[in-house]
Amino acid sequence: MREVLEGSQAVARTVARCRPGVVCAYPISPQTHIVEALSAMARTGELADCEYVNVESEFSAMSVSIGASAAGSRAYTATASQGLLYMAEAVFNAAGMGLPIVMTVANRAIGAPINIWNDHSDAMALRDSGWLQLYAADNQEAADLHVIAFAAAEELEIPAMVCMDGFVLTHATDVLELPTAAQIDAFLPRFAPRQALDIDHPTTIGTMAGPESFTETKYLQHRRFLDAAGVLAAWSERFHEAFGREAGGLVSRYTPDTLDRARDAAPADDGDVTVIAMGSVLGTLQAALPALRAEGVPVRLVGIGSYRPFPAEALRAALGGSRHVVVIDRALELGSGGVLTGDVGRALAGTRSRVHSVVAGLGGRPILEESLRAVVRRAHAGQLGPLELLDLKEGGVPVPHEGATEVHR
Amino acid sequence: MRQIRIHGRGGQGVVTAAEMLARAGFLAGHEVQAIPSFGSERTGAPVVSYCRFDDAPLRTREPVLVPDVVLVQDPTLLATGGVFAGLATGGLVIVDTTTSAVEVREAAGAQEVEATVVTIPATSITLRHLGRPKPAAAMLAAYAASAGDVTLDAVTQVFRERFPGAVGEANAAAADEAFAFVREELTGSTESETDAAALEAREV
Repeated sequence: MREVLEGSQAVARTVARCRPGVVCAYPISPQTHIVEALSAMARTGELADCEYVNVESEFSAMSVSIGASAAGSRAYTATASQGLLYMAEAVFNAAGMGLPIVMTVANRAIGAPINIWNDHSDAMALRDSGWLQLYAADNQEAADLHVIAFAAAEELEIPAMVCMDGFVLTHATDVLELPTAAQIDAFLPRFAPRQALDIDHPTTIGTMAGPESFTETKYLQHRRFLDAAGVLAAWSERFHEAFGREAGGLVSRYTPDTLDRARDAAPADDGDVTVIAMGSVLGTLQAALPALRAEGVPVRLVGIGSYRPFPAEALRAALGGSRHVVVIDRALELGSGGVLTGDVGRALAGTRSRVHSVVAGLGGRPILEESLRAVVRRAHAGQLGPLELLDLKEGGVPVPHEGATEVHR
Repeated sequence: MRQIRIHGRGGQGVVTAAEMLARAGFLAGHEVQAIPSFGSERTGAPVVSYCRFDDAPLRTREPVLVPDVVLVQDPTLLATGGVFAGLATGGLVIVDTTTSAVEVREAAGAQEVEATVVTIPATSITLRHLGRPKPAAAMLAAYAASAGDVTLDAVTQVFRERFPGAVGEANAAAADEAFAFVREELTGSTESETDAAALEAREV
């Protein structure tokens, strides 16, 4: 059934239909609506057979999730920004212990200066925590990704973050079709942990590993992570078969002229400028780029669906012969450039590609279609440098792009 | 595509108004999207939200820059200068006020702007029915009365669904009264600019 829903409500209802055994979270904007909704559903009984645990901090939220998962429960939590950083130590532990917790990250900037709005700095800070990181392009995908995340995380025994742009998606209202509980029951296998704490058969999870075994432990974790790309791709394929729509996947491809998402879209060509992006800006790019194509600018779009594992092979395949790349990046690696750009550059090493980093939307700055078109036009004309901050105000005086009218608030 | 921008103050239900308008638009058969813009989260601070209707699914996440319709839930915002900003030529501005369209234009410094200005005492109407200064239902009913892409029935239905019971009924009653007020304003020979029907005819 198609219905009009806020992104956070859509995620909460979908998570509830995945039947978590334990939900534990601490509120922080812009994630709060999700766990508030789950808390209400736990009270009304819509979220049955689930213990909703209130705690005093994000560190405890992740610690309780670790305990719940280690005891064999499907565990879910959600956080953002400073909350993710506050639980960081436990986030790494969950991955090292192989506990398939699913966590929504409602992406938000990190202070100082304090800022509640969206960018990708929070999840990027934990990019090496050993979690899968899946990014939603829109609210339909944000909801659907949670089903895929539970399935893939539990098969791999690797925890998964589902990243959705804070406010831009969490607080936006869209027309959505949620998977029903029956559909998810048919799609998502029951959680059957290979390790679970059991007082009759005591074991230790996450024990001390000294210099004699730590390298090997990390090597095995790395090997398991190498399996993740295939497992994620397979679950996305199954999701497409079961639900008839695209969700997840390693990279997303788009048709050249209509910018429809299409798995069978041809790779980009020699001479194409390819825009690579991740998260909700993909929708804005879908809306913005057809006009550029009509102007004769040969632009193509590729979305990154899985940031961890980073889909180097699938990305190269989608780029085809294109050697001119503009990465729209929502996090800044100080002194270097966009964080995603670094991964793209590593994936394209040795391909003689020109890679531009365009850092956009930091701390909630709206990303405008005309600004995106302007930057691609300049890339095509050979006038774009290696790093640019989109719509940077110079001299402290706002310089709106041509045609824009700023709304004074 | 129809693009709507809603101005108000924190606590007036500006974000809720955009969501309710999206729901009403969906009932009318449109693809819809509502985007809130969160400021400093203080009661009384200026807040803006956006809504779009279209025939095809909406992809962009850009804020509405060139609205066809602007709803203003607090007339004290007129003087801040942003209410008419970017308004599409011949656009529609609906203001919650007890004053006239001429006074609205003066307050906003928008005497020359090519637009239809509709006034509606939405907060006064809502206070009588609901007892609280949350004029969203009355404002959306005023929109339904001025343009063809949502109906009064859709507006009252989404408020009844969202706020079951007395609150939903009070909102629906406020909406009914606001709709009748604007219909009378638009057909009467008052100072209002009665050309809102032009918007009705425009393709969404």
